[in-house]
Amino acid sequence: MSTLTAPASTTAPSAPKKVRASRQDERHRRGVARWFVLSAAVVVALVILAPFVIMVLNALKSPQEYSQDGPLSLPSHLYLDGVVNFWERTEFPVKLWNSFFISGVVAVLGTLLSLLNAYAIGVGRIKGRLWIVTLFLLANMLPQEALIYPLFDMAQKVGLSNSPWSVIIIFTVIQSAFGTYLLASVLGTFPPALLEAAALDGAGRWRILWRVVFPIVRPTLGVLMIFFFIWTWNEFFIPLVMLTTGDTQTVPIALASLQGDRMMDAPTTNAGALISLLPALVFFLIFQRTLTRGVTAGSVK
Amino acid sequence: MTAQVEVRPETGPEARPVSRQRRRRRPAWVPYLPYLIPGAVAFVVVIGYPFVTNVYISLFSWRGGMSPLQWVGLGNYAELMQDTAFWTSFTNSVAMIAAMVVAPTLIGLVLAAVLFDYLGRRFGGRVAAVLRATYYLPQILPVAVAGVLWNWILNSQTGALNVILRGLGVDSPPNWLGDTSTALPTVAAVLVWVQIGYPVVIFMSALQRVDPELYEAAELDGAGWWRRFRAITLPQIRPETFVVTLTCTVAALKVFGPIYVLTRGGPESSTLVPSYYSYLNFFDKSKVGYGAAVATVLTLVIIVVAVVILGLQNRAQRREEEGR
Repeated sequence: MSTLTAPASTTAPSAPKKVRASRQDERHRRGVARWFVLSAAVVVALVILAPFVIMVLNALKSPQEYSQDGPLSLPSHLYLDGVVNFWERTEFPVKLWNSFFISGVVAVLGTLLSLLNAYAIGVGRIKGRLWIVTLFLLANMLPQEALIYPLFDMAQKVGLSNSPWSVIIIFTVIQSAFGTYLLASVLGTFPPALLEAAALDGAGRWRILWRVVFPIVRPTLGVLMIFFFIWTWNEFFIPLVMLTTGDTQTVPIALASLQGDRMMDAPTTNAGALISLLPALVFFLIFQRTLTRGVTAGSVK
Repeated sequence: MTAQVEVRPETGPEARPVSRQRRRRRPAWVPYLPYLIPGAVAFVVVIGYPFVTNVYISLFSWRGGMSPLQWVGLGNYAELMQDTAFWTSFTNSVAMIAAMVVAPTLIGLVLAAVLFDYLGRRFGGRVAAVLRATYYLPQILPVAVAGVLWNWILNSQTGALNVILRGLGVDSPPNWLGDTSTALPTVAAVLVWVQIGYPVVIFMSALQRVDPELYEAAELDGAGWWRRFRAITLPQIRPETFVVTLTCTVAALKVFGPIYVLTRGGPESSTLVPSYYSYLNFFDKSKVGYGAAVATVLTLVIIVVAVVILGLQNRAQRREEEGR
């Protein structure tokens, strides 16, 4: 990385003076070059799409046809045994509900916790807040392996082993560590005039939080909720360790645990991958606009 | 920072209703403390206590569960230094950084700049948006799903890739994930595919911030695309480059899911990474103290790397401010 940015930083201030009309630019203006660049970008897109295409083609193709015509042929008829097979073997509705329940509760609780923390840090300007935010940020960077064994032990001691609630509690805290960091900086710039006006009207801190602050930061909270939902949905390590039986497992764990199974032929594997990514895809398509805005929000410091 | 805290109460919501005497005794931020209590308690229970306990466990030889803990002091750490698997796992982390940070950031920079500054202007924003969404697609699917899909595609006998290769006349296509010489590069390639969309999306949104007049002026002055890329694009989006580098480096050091579903660290530890090694010790080899030591070292490495990157960022920022 440094090799790329370093020369740029030295040339940046003086560059515009030094540049002269280059022949390269003329070439870009011509019609042919732009088509060439476009097709290069499209080729990259096709390479990225290829595994998805192969997945869809082979999820709906019979094993006989696969061994005969290979992975690139269109299925001659719709073969749904793979889908059915995966659906029944994993008891997919159960996993789907587990994933929804865990991710949904984490999204709500994590956002709520982030808001409370950020209210104290950003609006209340608690002493030592820089340290608190740094601590939360560090917590977000911790490898989950450095927490898992004690958490596993604790869950067993309080009777939450193999319970979705153990995963919910853990992810509520982990996600809210990031949420607090983000929201605290947003609330740090909250217009003081609004707070003062509300205080003059006799509103207490609790009322101000819900009647003044909450309505204004609601769009940001929405982005956070979507993020928490998708992140929790995609989580792998902690659910893998904490949820040990089929009736509590989430979608990604169910799919991964079927791996290496001798019954997993090509259509079943591909159908499993296809079905497992559909919820994420649907979610992404619904919230695409909010999300791209959210990715931006996360990057602005 | 403290100065701000002292000045602030005058303008805070508390300032007027509270009498001057009470204000002196109790700063305005104190009543906000209760709002931090749920977060603080949850943080201590779920992150603080387990983390400290993990470090404590790393000082013992322990088989887990009900078995007795046996004090070994820094014994586990001394053993780590002699452990080739441990060193392999951290060497492989370098490959993970290449695959999840270096390659995606470099490729992402070029793709974002081409989409924004070139294709976006010549073919319209729609084309750029569709391409961007395509690049981002692998980012939305759960890592486990990506891993299972690729695991099948790369299977040496029945996988799609080798079936295609055989169809093209390649007699013995490589056993991508099953051969010690190809496993790591193959995993790395899959991770590039997974990661690429993230920098593209971040960089493109960063470019939206850049004043278009800068590009126009440079173009009028005759600056070619490459020139504009180096003189305008790169310096303008440096903050985002740091954010991407930081978050992706931390993610690369922590990577677990893809390794678990693709190779389980094999063959012969050729794709072993620290997080998976620690998991192995915890739940497979029942060497809990040892696994805790691996996790503790990994944590330290991550914190050091993060601090270094943040330090570089601050220095770059300062130099930029001085330059102006």
